[in-house]
Amino acid sequence: MIAHFVSQFPILVVVVPLLTMPLVVLAHRAFAAWALYLACTWAVFAMACALFARVATHGPIDYAVGGWAPPFGIELVIDSFNAVVLLLVAGMAAINSIYARASLAREIEPERLYLVYALMLACLAGLIGITVTGDAFNLFVFLEISSLSSYALIAMGPKRRALLSSFQYLIMGTVGGTFLLIGVGLAYMMTGTLNMADLATRLPAVFDTRTCQAALAFIVVGLSLKAALFPAHIWLPNAYTYAPSSVTAFIAATSTKVAVYALIRFVFTVFGASYAFEQLPLNQVLLGLSAIAMIAASLAAIFQTDVKRLLAWSSVAQMGYIVTGFALASTAGLSASLVHIVNHGLIKGALFMAVGAMAWRTRTTSINDLAGLGRTMPFTSAAFVVGGLSLIGVPATAGFISKWALLSAILAAGHYLIAALVLIASLLAVIYVGKVVEALYFRPRDAEASNHDAGEAPLAMQIATWALIALNVAIGLHASPELTATGRAAHALIGGGA
Amino acid sequence: MSEWLGHAIASPALLLMAAGLVLAVTPRLVHAIWLLAVPVLALALLWALPTGLHGQVSLFGFDLTTLRVDGLSRIWATIFIIGSFLTGLYALHVDDRVQHVASLVYAGAAVGAVLAGDLVTLFIFWEATAISSVFLIWARRTVRAHIVGLRYLVIQVISGLLLMVGTIIHYHQTGSIAFDHLGLNVAGGWLIFLAFGIKAAFPLLHNWVQDAYPESTPTGTVVLSIYTTKLAIYSLARGYAGTELLITIGAVMTLFPIFYAVIENDLRRVLAYSLNNQLGFMVVGIGIGTPLALNGAAAHAFAHILYKGLLFMSMGAVLYRVGTVKASELGGLYKSMPFTTVFCIVGSMSISAFPLFSGFVTKSMILAAAADSHHWIAWCVLLVASAGVLDHSGIKVPFFSFFAHDAGYRVKEAPLNMLAAMAITAALCIGIGVYPAPLYAILPFDVPYSPYTTAHVVNQLQLLLFAALAFVVLFRSGLYPPEVRGLNIDSDWIYRRALPFTVSAVRWALMRARDAAIGVLTIGLGGARRRIEASFGARGVMARTWTTGVMLLWVTALLAAYLWLYY
Repeated sequence: MIAHFVSQFPILVVVVPLLTMPLVVLAHRAFAAWALYLACTWAVFAMACALFARVATHGPIDYAVGGWAPPFGIELVIDSFNAVVLLLVAGMAAINSIYARASLAREIEPERLYLVYALMLACLAGLIGITVTGDAFNLFVFLEISSLSSYALIAMGPKRRALLSSFQYLIMGTVGGTFLLIGVGLAYMMTGTLNMADLATRLPAVFDTRTCQAALAFIVVGLSLKAALFPAHIWLPNAYTYAPSSVTAFIAATSTKVAVYALIRFVFTVFGASYAFEQLPLNQVLLGLSAIAMIAASLAAIFQTDVKRLLAWSSVAQMGYIVTGFALASTAGLSASLVHIVNHGLIKGALFMAVGAMAWRTRTTSINDLAGLGRTMPFTSAAFVVGGLSLIGVPATAGFISKWALLSAILAAGHYLIAALVLIASLLAVIYVGKVVEALYFRPRDAEASNHDAGEAPLAMQIATWALIALNVAIGLHASPELTATGRAAHALIGGGA
Repeated sequence: MSEWLGHAIASPALLLMAAGLVLAVTPRLVHAIWLLAVPVLALALLWALPTGLHGQVSLFGFDLTTLRVDGLSRIWATIFIIGSFLTGLYALHVDDRVQHVASLVYAGAAVGAVLAGDLVTLFIFWEATAISSVFLIWARRTVRAHIVGLRYLVIQVISGLLLMVGTIIHYHQTGSIAFDHLGLNVAGGWLIFLAFGIKAAFPLLHNWVQDAYPESTPTGTVVLSIYTTKLAIYSLARGYAGTELLITIGAVMTLFPIFYAVIENDLRRVLAYSLNNQLGFMVVGIGIGTPLALNGAAAHAFAHILYKGLLFMSMGAVLYRVGTVKASELGGLYKSMPFTTVFCIVGSMSISAFPLFSGFVTKSMILAAAADSHHWIAWCVLLVASAGVLDHSGIKVPFFSFFAHDAGYRVKEAPLNMLAAMAITAALCIGIGVYPAPLYAILPFDVPYSPYTTAHVVNQLQLLLFAALAFVVLFRSGLYPPEVRGLNIDSDWIYRRALPFTVSAVRWALMRARDAAIGVLTIGLGGARRRIEASFGARGVMARTWTTGVMLLWVTALLAAYLWLYY
């Protein structure tokens, strides 16, 4: 009985949040909505853990939705690669659910709160759907679910600029979604199938056709948009800056990561690394673009005056790291990519939560207005410092594990120039993190700003922030479980794609 | 996980670091006990550790040796811990949690780095020293300190990154991460050498020392002067002993800072230059690489930390009481701060290597080693540099601050804890000079050496006399730079106007050279910064909010580029 229940987990992780969503709307009252949201995310997280453990011991899980055998029905596939991403998304949602209540209550009027929780669940369902599906068209559907809910979530931000940001994101997201759909459609035209595994077996026969090449181009550009890969990144800083704090923390930690996952999935599983990287020069293009992203976005981050915007630009730069990893097309590179997908999710989640906690108190995220918070908000500020160190990649933090893995992979592949650029980017990170830390600890509070009631953020927000910080440090000190999981995943993907 | 726990209990480094972090949340009453008791405990722990390799842990697939106790690492860890005790005592009155936390964590990181048995552990603590020390600069809480601190941090992190890349390359090529003798010819050897060189303030890589150290707080500069550079000296001694190139580098290091130290007005910056010069002696010792030379480098580092700390402490006390350490503004302070004056003179005599002071018994080892191995050019340079040391650190610092013309300051003597710290340090300086046997006993190599031979003593005294004479002549003639404006030129000397002109021209040229060098970081970067800001700042083309149409244009261009590439 229980075993039967467990075997339904692949579909339940998608369906539970989707079904909780109308319940949240019906509950209407803010507290009830939040309680449902909390229960749902933790249930999903528990199932994700179970799935992760099962994949680790028993190998990949194939689940035919509705009992329709693939390739005719929709198939869900959880292998060692997307199990890691699934765990990240579900985990971030669960931790964010603790954080969200106090944070959202401060930024959004009470009668609209239930809508935020409902939309967050829709977004979660969409992101998990993208992660677990084994069907190319189904992936598009889930991408749209997550995107549409994100547009609405960002538009709910407390400032009016949120509307413009959301609109621009909507345009860009829709274009991205459409490109993906066109790409999938082209592939379908040539092969008559939408199942990823099936596509992988049928596509090689038509590799030389222009349709197939165009399909890959459309899919890559479409997903680059969603992943905010340079130069299609420009929607991201505004979207992250003006969204409600807790929404930013969740989306920044998961949304772009899932898009990159989808990109990796298409390149390695559907088209195959040898086609994308050897027959077509995709890796050179991606390496070049991500190199520009690392440097240009880090420079942009240095000159920001708003912490959220600064972190957003840093995210663009960090996406460069992730893409560099898999563009190396080696097991080590792919593994480094996955390590950084997870670690960067944890880092940015923690940092945006810390900033959200400061905003809860000061109602601003301008760096100048955060001056002197080191004294009045010691725990939140300390969390920001540790998170910042992790972002720079200081030893004993998760960021260091990423940096080490990525540099090892780059040097092993002999790309010394790229290695130098990664190092320069991490120096730039020292500057932009240092800028915020200096404001927090070494600048006196403004006379005006000290009118704010001094004190810490609510306990729940601090617990959630520190939970992520603790994970950062734990991974930094004891990385072997993470490295084992990602190494296995990369091995499986390269082996399956080649 | 249990291996971690066992290691954590055994490691003096982690003890210091953990104690430092605890200090962040303890009430203020505990600070005093903490700052003094923790180093004592750490020292006991260090000497309780038997010689050998301990603390084996595994971290992301590497088997690390976090504690290597042998002669070389033990003497360095010992002096670092003694230094942390003295600076703790010196800073006892400071009511700034950030500084106390940073000092202890920094000391712990430095101890951890010298005890590191492999390159990965070394790198981890290397980074920790960089991160923790910058807080001591920022703690000055001025805009300038903020900018200088960032600059300092970036340079330190560059050093760390070079070490990291060098380690990765070394590991890929050799499969080993052991931190033993490396040399320049192994894979990644040059990168690691450069990483060490930045922290050791090699010529042209040295600017950060003079840039950052004088910008810290009165107590922070003392702390900074102890660890980072000496950690680099240790690393060079471990990895690059006997590398001939180091003799040249070290000789240059001993010479060129002298000129800058002589013309510099900020006395803490003078000390920062002389720090560079002293490091040069150690680097030469490492370059020679014989057991006697390495012993000399180790002993000199030991003595150097004490007397340089003492000099920075006395200047810190002056800064604390008077508010400035500019030579042109100070003078006559011996009336107000008699004890500080005495301690400063003890430090000066030690750094100038007067017999019966610590510098003499350690520096002469390096000179003797240079002579034994027939490095005569290096030997001559070191001799000249020794004379220069007397001029800028030995005489200039105490003379212009405590004597010279009376600037009229009537201030209180330094606080009691500062005096106590200076007294202990001064006692150690004299103690080592009078009775060097205990220091010689803990040196890494077993080489008999006796400093008080007639030749050594006479040689040194002659040198000191002539150097002192040079100072007197220059000072009386009004050619000694910082006071040029403050002195009347005696009528006897007017006809020699040409000479003052030459001196000031040389001085001007030197100042310009230094400004140009720093300008790479400040003025040069300032222009670059404006240009970068124009593109990447909030209103720059990169970072401003684009219109939706422009965004779409870029996406279309991207798609077109892909399609074109694929066709």
